[in-house]
Amino acid sequence: MSEIDLETARKVAKLSRIAVAEGELPALAQDLSRILNFMEELGEVDVEGVEPMTSVTPMRLPRRIDGVTDGDIQAKILSNAPDAREGFFAVPKVVE
Amino acid sequence: MSDLNKLTLAEARDLLRSGETSSVALTEACLGAIEGAGALNAFVHNTPDLALERAGAADARLAAGNAPAMCGLPIGIKDLFCTTGVASQAASRILDGFRPEYDSTVSAKLRDAGAVMLGKLNMDEFAMGSSNETSTYGNAVNPWKVDGRALTPGGSSGGSAAAVAADLCLAATGTDTGGSIRQPAAFTGTVGIKPTYGRCSRWGIVAFASSLDQAGPMTKTVRDAAIMLEAMSGHDAKDSTSADLPVPDFEAMLTGDIRGKTIGIPREYRIEGMPEEIAALWDRGADMLRDAGAKVVEISLPHTKYALPAYYVIAPAEASSNLARYDGVRYGHRATLAAGDGITEMYEKTRAEGFGPEVQRRVMIGTYVLSAGFYDAYYNRARKVRTLIKRDFETVFAEGVDAILTPATPSSAFGLGEMANADPVQMYLNDVFTVTVNLAGLPGISVPAGLDSKGLPLGLQLIGQPWDEGELLKTAHVLEQAAGFVAKPSKWW
Repeated sequence: MSEIDLETARKVAKLSRIAVAEGELPALAQDLSRILNFMEELGEVDVEGVEPMTSVTPMRLPRRIDGVTDGDIQAKILSNAPDAREGFFAVPKVVE
Repeated sequence: MSDLNKLTLAEARDLLRSGETSSVALTEACLGAIEGAGALNAFVHNTPDLALERAGAADARLAAGNAPAMCGLPIGIKDLFCTTGVASQAASRILDGFRPEYDSTVSAKLRDAGAVMLGKLNMDEFAMGSSNETSTYGNAVNPWKVDGRALTPGGSSGGSAAAVAADLCLAATGTDTGGSIRQPAAFTGTVGIKPTYGRCSRWGIVAFASSLDQAGPMTKTVRDAAIMLEAMSGHDAKDSTSADLPVPDFEAMLTGDIRGKTIGIPREYRIEGMPEEIAALWDRGADMLRDAGAKVVEISLPHTKYALPAYYVIAPAEASSNLARYDGVRYGHRATLAAGDGITEMYEKTRAEGFGPEVQRRVMIGTYVLSAGFYDAYYNRARKVRTLIKRDFETVFAEGVDAILTPATPSSAFGLGEMANADPVQMYLNDVFTVTVNLAGLPGISVPAGLDSKGLPLGLQLIGQPWDEGELLKTAHVLEQAAGFVAKPSKWW
């Protein structure tokens, strides 16, 4: 049985970059524990010598010429940005 | 001509070609139906002006001759597909206001074939859900109703299913990661096919779990599914998993002759607690195919039981990675920041406000199973189990099975809100018959096969061999004809 404690729930929220209020952590931990317990069944399967699937259809990843195929669309790329200035995406200060 | 919105794609196409109706007339009929169907909350962004403009262009093209099959046919597009200049937000608050500068390959193919987009359709947020209850637009409602309760149209393509069942459009696009085309089709008495992984380009479709996601048509008949799937399929260099294979004329393959085919009935799908009605429908479906000349055999897919837990490791893992892009920087919602907040607070507040509870849960589960120390125990183990699940199918196909018949869902449509207090895992059980197909990358189709004792539609699922959608559609067409499902929801909206 895996049990997600409050500390783990806090850590997972942090890694996911989702703000979770302290008061909501117990319910979150409980939900996550239930889902993980459901996954525990996988432990019953004998997977000795089985390759983890990387591609559901056997295929070689296609390659193309290493060349520029698109560009000069700065305005289009920035058109949906919540904050764009002087041709850049704008974000809060990253370094003090 | 009245009730043009009730036509199938095939019927409308034939009337357009014979000049008995016009795309503008078809489009106006659908726009009128949409106008009167606010209670279903199926269409969430309407584009009537664009639709009439495209309908006019389609009529001109039809008059010139040689127009493709989809030309002039009014359809709905799931909100997950990016459409140029039209809101495309995967039913999420985090994509509020997002208007793409480009079309998804699939919606562009349909547009270029002359199909007329009526608007965008409701869905579960980021396609995560089986009841259309996680949408930022509110619930889509099933046009089928048998008592005072409002029922779910299923999910995640709930808006698409409701719109097609209520004749708001002739057909719609859907996407299917664990059953999101087939389960809503079953809940609404419509047809939905998820093609082989790689048949339809994923480019421009908001990604949920990239190794499982596939687009497909949601239609009124199997013939329509064949027509529309052909228009949606084909190689696309912009999706590295898109298959460079010729697309057959699927409609031409609906010959009605399935004599000599072998249909497998997997014993592991007879799950504990399966309602008697579902079991009986399944048996009837097998009889219909037998009567049409197929050989029906019992088969075993021994790892079936592990498909759902494997899916609920793999899909959230991929989602946690795919949804990392929603950070409040490039598009969509950004939280209002407090004085002194830095970039980390911006990410955390934006994502807390922008993602609904189910999406947050799945992103966090995905993050957990990919984190150091758990990667092997969960993620790698699930991928190994996925290999075994695919092998189960390969084994029965190699033994001569042409297609597999199963129920599409473990029940008929349930009431909106009825699962609100259930454990998240209870909702996941909706996908029990459909999720194996995504894990194995196979084509699967849901065909309406009957009504339950309450008067609600039930579907049967057929699973085919990879790249053999044509043969799968042929078998589905025979099943559809034999089942003779013609019931429609009576209009209450």
